[in-house]
Amino acid sequence: MTTRRILLVVAAASLFALPALAAGDVGQVEKQPVNLSAIGMFIAFVVMTLGITYWAASRTRSTSDFYTAGGGITGFQNGLAIAGDYMSAATLLGLSSLVFAKGYDGFVYTISFFVGWPIILFLLAERLRNLGHFTFADIASYRLDQGKIRTFAAIGSLTVVCFYLIVQMVGAGQLIKLLFGLDYNVAVIVVGVLMVVYVTFGGMIATTWVQIIKAVLLLGGGVVLTFLALKHFGFSLEAIARSAISSHKDGVKIMGPGTLLADPVSAVSLSLGLLFGTAALPHIMMRFFTVPNAREARKSVFYASGFIGFFFLLVCILGMAAITIVGTDPQFFEGGKVGGKLIGGGNMPVMHLAKALGGDLFLGFLSAVAFATILAVVSGLALAGASAIAHDLYARVIRKGEVTEREEMRVSKIASLVLGVLAVVLGIAFEKQNVAFLVGLTFGVAASVNFPVLILSMYWKGLTTRGALAGGIAGLISAVTLVVLSNAVWVVVLNNPAPIFPYEQPALFSMTLAFIVTIVVSKLDGSAAARAEREAFEDQFVRSQTGIGAAAAAKH
Amino acid sequence: MHSPAHNPVYERVRRNPKFQELVRQRSRLALILSAVVLVGYYSFMMVVAFAPGLLQTPLSDDSSLSVGFPIGAGIIILSWLLTGVYSHFANGRFQELTDEITRETLQ
Repeated sequence: MTTRRILLVVAAASLFALPALAAGDVGQVEKQPVNLSAIGMFIAFVVMTLGITYWAASRTRSTSDFYTAGGGITGFQNGLAIAGDYMSAATLLGLSSLVFAKGYDGFVYTISFFVGWPIILFLLAERLRNLGHFTFADIASYRLDQGKIRTFAAIGSLTVVCFYLIVQMVGAGQLIKLLFGLDYNVAVIVVGVLMVVYVTFGGMIATTWVQIIKAVLLLGGGVVLTFLALKHFGFSLEAIARSAISSHKDGVKIMGPGTLLADPVSAVSLSLGLLFGTAALPHIMMRFFTVPNAREARKSVFYASGFIGFFFLLVCILGMAAITIVGTDPQFFEGGKVGGKLIGGGNMPVMHLAKALGGDLFLGFLSAVAFATILAVVSGLALAGASAIAHDLYARVIRKGEVTEREEMRVSKIASLVLGVLAVVLGIAFEKQNVAFLVGLTFGVAASVNFPVLILSMYWKGLTTRGALAGGIAGLISAVTLVVLSNAVWVVVLNNPAPIFPYEQPALFSMTLAFIVTIVVSKLDGSAAARAEREAFEDQFVRSQTGIGAAAAAKH
Repeated sequence: MHSPAHNPVYERVRRNPKFQELVRQRSRLALILSAVVLVGYYSFMMVVAFAPGLLQTPLSDDSSLSVGFPIGAGIIILSWLLTGVYSHFANGRFQELTDEITRETLQ
């Protein structure tokens, strides 16, 4: 039981935190020799994206342009950008290394990561588009108390954004140290500066295109690498499998589920956290406001799930191929001992595979793409954070809507600058910390604080301001408490012998609690305000279904 | 941006029988498709947890690949195709219905 638990925790940590290579077994990575081809290709990416930012800056005039690209992104483009947000360094490195280490169990994880997308489409996409304007708080506070719920939702968004920013910054620092041979601090500052430049000058237009370009590069790299892997085995999946069985220490067992997911509670809690945590990440939700209407919003999920599913299948083939190609080659192990510790840590199989099949140049390309991935994700996060500060807290709550677009834009630019500085400072401060717990917190808080109010405000007439606040606070406290009591903090950070809360992801418990508290308190709420809020549901419902009255796409 | 309760435009939409039809049919489609994905996925996870041996069965006598791989890939591909099914109906028939309702309401 304990070994199984440890395996699960390691797997969960490596998966979740994979942008954060600081997590799991990588820890403090060794700085590698300077990799010139990787740096060269990364510079090419930066030059191209800065060019796009320059172009985007000339088209970013209104707050609508800044937050949502004026609603002018097509379903296909947005689908690629969403896929880019989801195909992170975590999925490329983490899922392939899980398949490499555990065989079929890694594939089961991959499937769990994927199945959320259809649900997001069926239940959320069109309502998000029809009700939302710039931020998730727009939806949550649509018929509830503007001051209280908007403040609460904005703080929920900012909490998630800050946790995730730290994770990404630390991950960027470690990854760059490993792949590029640059200093940790240099990497963190480069990411921080570029992020602020993209966001303040190019807003959502630049952020979206950075994400699209990265998604295309990552998909292209994945396709080429898979082609090379298949070619190596004579284009036969059967040959890959046969060879993997004879190369892996677990032999034929890697062809079926092992011990990783034998505990259904852990598996369910993890998949709930991933599913609903992802749906409620502010930078993902914001993507649905960048398309002109519900029709394009649906298309974007269709395209996004196609790209993501395709990419995930490729990643699994890569992991299987790496079992033989990387797993039996002494040059990829420390001290040349096959079966020992992989150079660079357990998350590196796909990078080693790239070197084995495509040489240094291809490794450089994939490294540059991994760096670009982090850059694209932090830009989305910074924009989501800036919109929560400028649109929700400043323009709506503090100034009560009495604010000019110019002023709001200025505040949002200052906010993204502040977030950038904060991200660099925290990234450097957390260098030596294990940040796996922050990943648990990010998804736990998103699923337990943001998701219940989002889904209930759209689906349940009875939701009231008091209920939403009480449930949100219950979700926040329980998610944070359970993460503190889990292995990632209780054992790893506080050095206790065993975790009090045995699972890595609190969502099953904290999200359920948040729903129960929200519903009970809403039901007990007999105030006049609550009655008005319930009455207002009917109109909100019509708009969520038809889009009548929704923010139009075109330029104003 | 509190909309006043019972905005007359929305009131008119609500009274339109086409709106009731739209909501009923589209919600039914969304529910059925969600159920297919969730029941499929959680049944798969239950087999993973309680009967892992089933998935390890080789595809054929001399095959190294297990049946688990095509089943897993099938779940991913099928759920993607279902997003296509939903988009097809929601962007086709249901969108036409929505456009009709919008036109009739704003006339």
